[in-house]
Amino acid sequence: MDFLRPASWEEALAAKAEHPTAVPIAGGTDVMVEINFDHRRPDVLMDLGRIGDLTEWEVGEDSVRLGASVPYTRIMENLRTELPGLALASHTVASPQIRNRGGVGGNLGTASPAGDAHPALLAAGAEVEAESVRGTRRIPIDAFYTGVKRNSLEPDELIRAVHIRKAEGPQQFSKVGTRNAMVIAVCAFGLALHPGSRTVRTGIGSAAPTPIRATAAEEFLNAALEDGGFWENGKIVTPSAVKRFADLCSAACNPIDDVRGTADYRRHAVGVMARRTLTWTWESYRGARRTTEGAA
Amino acid sequence: MRVNLTVNGRPQQADDVWEGESLLYVLRERMGLPGSKNACEQGECGSCTVRLDGVPVCSCLVAAGQAEGREVVTVEGLAEFARRRAGDTASGVRGGADASLDAARRWQAGGTDSQTGENIELAPVQQAFIDAGAVQCGFCTPGLLVAADEMLEHNPDPTDEDIREALSGNLCRCTGYEKIMDAVRLAAARRSEGATT
Repeated sequence: MDFLRPASWEEALAAKAEHPTAVPIAGGTDVMVEINFDHRRPDVLMDLGRIGDLTEWEVGEDSVRLGASVPYTRIMENLRTELPGLALASHTVASPQIRNRGGVGGNLGTASPAGDAHPALLAAGAEVEAESVRGTRRIPIDAFYTGVKRNSLEPDELIRAVHIRKAEGPQQFSKVGTRNAMVIAVCAFGLALHPGSRTVRTGIGSAAPTPIRATAAEEFLNAALEDGGFWENGKIVTPSAVKRFADLCSAACNPIDDVRGTADYRRHAVGVMARRTLTWTWESYRGARRTTEGAA
Repeated sequence: MRVNLTVNGRPQQADDVWEGESLLYVLRERMGLPGSKNACEQGECGSCTVRLDGVPVCSCLVAAGQAEGREVVTVEGLAEFARRRAGDTASGVRGGADASLDAARRWQAGGTDSQTGENIELAPVQQAFIDAGAVQCGFCTPGLLVAADEMLEHNPDPTDEDIREALSGNLCRCTGYEKIMDAVRLAAARRSEGATT
């Protein structure tokens, strides 16, 4: 095994071009488990820990450019306002020790359907900044996941950052597991209200071969909210519409039975989480609206 | 490959390190520091917790090469680390150990046995674990001590919730956590008593 320690991003890209099978390691919280258990013996291990800008983030006008290796702890501490869904999801990752090392780039690289960041990224709207010596491209998050632990990166590409739309409305994240820490999601659900475009976006984790959005549910809810003038009148969303939304979210799942839970349970739980997160975010939207109107 | 790092204030070098080797393995098997425990090897149990550049991490999930040039504090160095931190706080500097190479070279473990820590003064959190009866088989203790000490460093007056969250990555299979909670509360209480008197 070779151990590469590129000192800069350019060096890392050159090394990845030369050794396309090199496995990048940042926080190590996935890669080292595989090596410790002898599930993986990469020819080349490439430490990205020396590349400073991977642990930095920039808050822009409309989006946050989040370096691939920014640890979850930093996201929780510093980006709760801009990225509330991702901050909530980050807080559910494993334990403080793991959150101090792991980051979203690794979650994307591993592309496990159970990765905690994915539902939040799907709901908020994001693009993955992938780069190789051939150039840079932005991969829409919806097109990023291609199969179980597969993503659309080319062999010579590395994830440099993720561009995540800043929250313009309430966001929520919910995750089912046996305790509050050290849990791989049985299933998870992210929801973001986008009052500017009057849309709702969702993200489902651990209930299909890849993280997915419940697009039919989103379309139904977007139409229902529009038809009822809910974005303007701030009324409580009709219980029947909430139920229909939850059912469509369940229907979007394509889960399996495994040690963590059954397919039936996952479908059921996703529906429950869809209903709850919609209720929580909508209540919060109504509350913010009332405050704004009261002040006006 | 060769790895250079600072462990408990002392510059260390390990040779013939396998590229896929963990920092934990280097500490235990190459540097004779068996305080950090090897159990799950997947970040679940926290018994290998060390400070890496001040940050608590599972050393089983850090590739040895990633620790090149970095500072590691293990449970063996915790008493000295805490003592130095207390000195720093007194002189108005908060947090981590003195990073200068010179200071590192002067560093000496106290007591008669630098590896087992016999007869050396304990960190307050270590003493609190003993006094509260929070050690049974002792396997999880090193990781818990490092994690608890780090929490108390930035949160000297933690709520029970804070303690539970800070220690949520450390599994104990003997005492059932209540004694451990007592120990951390005791360490915090002693510290605040010390601060007011």
